[in-house]
Amino acid sequence: MNAVQSFLAMGGYAAYVWPAYAVFFIVLIADTIAPRLRRQRLLRELRARFARQSARQTRAGNGSSPNPPAAIDGQ
Amino acid sequence: MANWIPLWLHRLSSPPTFYRFAGTLQPWVTTLALLLGAIALYGGLVLAPADYQQGDAYRIIFIHVPSAWMSMFIYAVMGVASFIALVWRIKLAEVVAMESAPIGAAFTFITLVTGSLWGKPMWGTWWTWDARLTSELVLLFLFLGVIGLYRAFEDRRQGARAAAFLAIIGIINVPIVHFSVNWWNTLHQGSTVNVFGHSKMSWDMLWPLLTMTLATKFYYAASLFRRARTDLLALEGGKDWVRQIAQGEDAR
Repeated sequence: MNAVQSFLAMGGYAAYVWPAYAVFFIVLIADTIAPRLRRQRLLRELRARFARQSARQTRAGNGSSPNPPAAIDGQ
Repeated sequence: MANWIPLWLHRLSSPPTFYRFAGTLQPWVTTLALLLGAIALYGGLVLAPADYQQGDAYRIIFIHVPSAWMSMFIYAVMGVASFIALVWRIKLAEVVAMESAPIGAAFTFITLVTGSLWGKPMWGTWWTWDARLTSELVLLFLFLGVIGLYRAFEDRRQGARAAAFLAIIGIINVPIVHFSVNWWNTLHQGSTVNVFGHSKMSWDMLWPLLTMTLATKFYYAASLFRRARTDLLALEGGKDWVRQIAQGEDAR
């Protein structure tokens, strides 16, 4: 048995040691990725909201709408 | 705000300042976490000798024990931040408390699963209702309870205050987890590492364990910064500094 094989065998405890390390990394990688996705989604929503707001302000500025909406989105 | 709190701390608790501060630190703490983690893994899996009793199975310790320490450390941070949030109504403290909960739950989950994988070959069972294991499971439920209560409210700040209250009550479980191996007769082994005295572990095994502990601390900082920044953007959605960031950061 060469060095790599004996390393992977973990003295016969491979079935316990490697799953433990796998869980450690999978959970932490998920914990890293989830907030990134949330951030991207949030920034998309914010940009859309700001675009709507500025479009509304331009319309109100042109006088095309006699009663410009007073509230800024529901937040 | 009480005037004994230094001015810089007060400034830092302002959302746009903290957003920039965390953004500057984040790449550094991430790098440190990865670097120290890699060194600890090499030391623990390759350099450290096998244990004379447990063989190579003991190598689970290098992730199990740091994760267990993190589960308690993060709970303590969440408890302190919750207290600050309830007393001084600082928005940043709410964010730190609520965004610590998922990270703490992740580490508690890792602790329970890796402990189970270690228990099977050493004790002959995946799980036993022993004081240490049960109190750690309660810790997981407390984290999940805080997350659930926070999400149950439509108004996020109201939810944060309710969940902060639960977090403070649950702090009583942290010393129970820590001292459970001394207070009750248990299957779980006692502390191997002693901060103030002699550790019952050889240096070959101790340094990877301590390095991994440091790595998980930096990991927590990195994850918390990432989560807190996103949360601040969501909470301050209508403000000008958020608008600038949202419109300036198209592809990051």
